[in-house]
Amino acid sequence: MHAPGEKLNGSEIFFECLRRENVAYIFGYPGGALLKVYETLYDIKDIKHILVRHEQGATHMAEGYARATGKPGVVLVTSGPGATNTVTGITNAYMDSSPMVIFTGQVPSSLIGNDAFQEADIVGITRPITKHNFLVKDVRELALTIRKAFYLATNGRPGPVLVDMPKDVLNAVCTFEWPETVEIRGFKPTVKCHQNQVEKAAHLIARSKKPLLYIGGGVISSDASEELKRLAIEQNIPVTMTLQGLGAFPGDHPLSMGMLGMHGTFWANQAVNNCDLLIAVGARFDDRVTGKTDTFATQAYKIHNDIDPTNVDKNVKVDLPVVGDAKHFLAAILKEMPEEKTDRSEWLADIRAWQKQCPLTYTNESDSLKTEYVIDEVCRQTGGDAVVTTDVGQHQMWTSQYYRFRKPRSIITSGGLGTMGYGLPAAIGAAFGVTDRPVVLFCGDGGFMMNVQELVTAVYYKIPVKIFLLNNSFLGMVRQWQELFHQEKYSFTDLGDSNPDFVKVAEAFGCRAMRAENPDEAKKAISEALAWNEGPVFVEFKVIKKDMVFPMVPAGASISDMLLDRLNPKTMV
Amino acid sequence: MKHIISVLVENKFGTLNRVASMFSARGFNLASISIGETEDPEISRMTIVTRGDDQIISQVLKQLNRLIDTIKVTDLTKQPHVERELLLMTMKLSRTTQHEIFELINVFKGKVVDIKQKSITIEVIGSPDKINTTIDIFRPYGIRELARSGAVAIHRGES
Ligand SMILES: Cc1ncc(C[n+]2csc(CCOP(=O)(O)OP(=O)(O)O)c2C)c(N)n1
Repeated sequence: MHAPGEKLNGSEIFFECLRRENVAYIFGYPGGALLKVYETLYDIKDIKHILVRHEQGATHMAEGYARATGKPGVVLVTSGPGATNTVTGITNAYMDSSPMVIFTGQVPSSLIGNDAFQEADIVGITRPITKHNFLVKDVRELALTIRKAFYLATNGRPGPVLVDMPKDVLNAVCTFEWPETVEIRGFKPTVKCHQNQVEKAAHLIARSKKPLLYIGGGVISSDASEELKRLAIEQNIPVTMTLQGLGAFPGDHPLSMGMLGMHGTFWANQAVNNCDLLIAVGARFDDRVTGKTDTFATQAYKIHNDIDPTNVDKNVKVDLPVVGDAKHFLAAILKEMPEEKTDRSEWLADIRAWQKQCPLTYTNESDSLKTEYVIDEVCRQTGGDAVVTTDVGQHQMWTSQYYRFRKPRSIITSGGLGTMGYGLPAAIGAAFGVTDRPVVLFCGDGGFMMNVQELVTAVYYKIPVKIFLLNNSFLGMVRQWQELFHQEKYSFTDLGDSNPDFVKVAEAFGCRAMRAENPDEAKKAISEALAWNEGPVFVEFKVIKKDMVFPMVPAGASISDMLLDRLNPKTMV
Repeated sequence: MKHIISVLVENKFGTLNRVASMFSARGFNLASISIGETEDPEISRMTIVTRGDDQIISQVLKQLNRLIDTIKVTDLTKQPHVERELLLMTMKLSRTTQHEIFELINVFKGKVVDIKQKSITIEVIGSPDKINTTIDIFRPYGIRELARSGAVAIHRGES
């Protein structure tokens, strides 16, 4: 601990600031520009540095940690290649609005612009993929800049903020000063909703015969699940969630309709197109949700609450915009709801009928394995209470369908960017933050290889993540599109001949590993894996090759035109 | 429709780049952008001319506001404002044309800033429309080079 007024060098100031920001973990990787920082770090015990094996891994770990805990994830990497390796992870956090602060080393100020060894203009590179970024030019600005970075990353719509620190700044000495408050005149997010708008919204909700709550990740990041539950249950309003919103409302509650959109449930999409009032909270009308926008929820009066005004009227024109924090919005609405309730039994009966018409189902066979079954079984054995991370592809969509998330901050997945390779590091990061619930990863055989090196990190730090590899020997989601829309030309998606022996790979990293090829083996492997917490455990599930995720809205089609199965791909109901 | 937007920004390196790259990343039209310090040396004023329908302009304004280094964003289009652009232009000069050229400079209230045997450089200040007209009128005399500042604009003061 250092006190304001002490003479400190840049590296000491750096750690003192992190301490004051209550940072518990740094995900990092050293290098030339950071030698001074790592020298200081050597004697620091109260902040844990996690050594990753690739800087991309550090960014996804920090994001996994942030999403599981709500606290900002912190990344520390060197200049040049260290910095450029973070670009995908930063973009991912930007698209999914995750709070993150990335610290990059930089060549000495005097060499900036000279194409110096390991110089990259990371501030220029990351300008469009960060909420904001800074180059610290003077050690006297370092503390204030770090304070601002955390403030920006966590206030308003969360997002990644990058701080670039030249080597000479980290070595220079100055009097340490800690700004207790921060004031950024260009950043004044609207947190409190306009009362007039709230009253209008409450009035509409009270009167609506067929309302629908459309819930996005904003409800999770503002910790508004309790308010949401109260509103939905007290007023009998069905709830559909986006991929990032899953868990905001319990998936096993009768009012939960699961996910909407491209691989959403049939009944959720029907409800969207038949409701008379759509209440969007912390969601952004993404194209994967809306399908063709001019046929989206055309019968509904649309209320849209979002903390970021740019999300309003961006993709779909709404009738009542309410800018502000989701928690504030829902709490304010609850206060305005009248005693007498509108009867919604007919509307709920309509929804149940759609659900009966096209439920989510799969058929199990005793001698072969399906991803749906594995996910379903993991959901059963964990009671829907695990923190589930996924990679990107079919298994991700099946997770959204078959894992019935019961709590917020339970699904950690790359939504906006769809980054393969995200899952493993994100799971490890989440497990640093959450120790009282199992952390599970569902991953495809393609994406697993994209950050496989982080297995070392999990093994070394004895992180008890359950790594469930769904090996279908294909880039499954691309194969699905090839089958449906590209004349079954399976161009470069068959990994069958080139995949390694995954169990051996995991074992080589020092990871406990198992394999399962049928439902019985799968069930046993899952319970063994869940019971073992000495370190990471890996299970390869050999699943059938040509399974497909249904229902599905083809890209650009209306969400009422869902493909329901492969045999009747054009069946529209 | 054309919109003229005035933005107060932090006078820091990279701010212009943040604004310009936001326009290109989001596919917004950027007809001109000009920037200079204000009475407060920590703050610069940017004048942006862009085109788009109401939905796009509303996004442009919101996205500008969202940048951390922007302090205040005002769409001047529908408010009383003054808009000016500076034109510097070098033209060919000859015995036969010089008379007409000088007359036209007067018409456009321009100024001669440099004159040589065979060329003349003038400055004209006016609305972007007037600058367009000026260029059209002088074109037949042989324009060698021209530079436009892009529009700067300001809210008209209270009476
Ligand atoms: C980094 C990256 N590269 C390419 C893609 C395109 N892509 C989307 S899904 C997918 C297939 C994923 O295959 P796999 O990891 O085996 O999972 P599965 O779909 O089989 O569950 C690909 C290649 C992507 N999303 N991310």
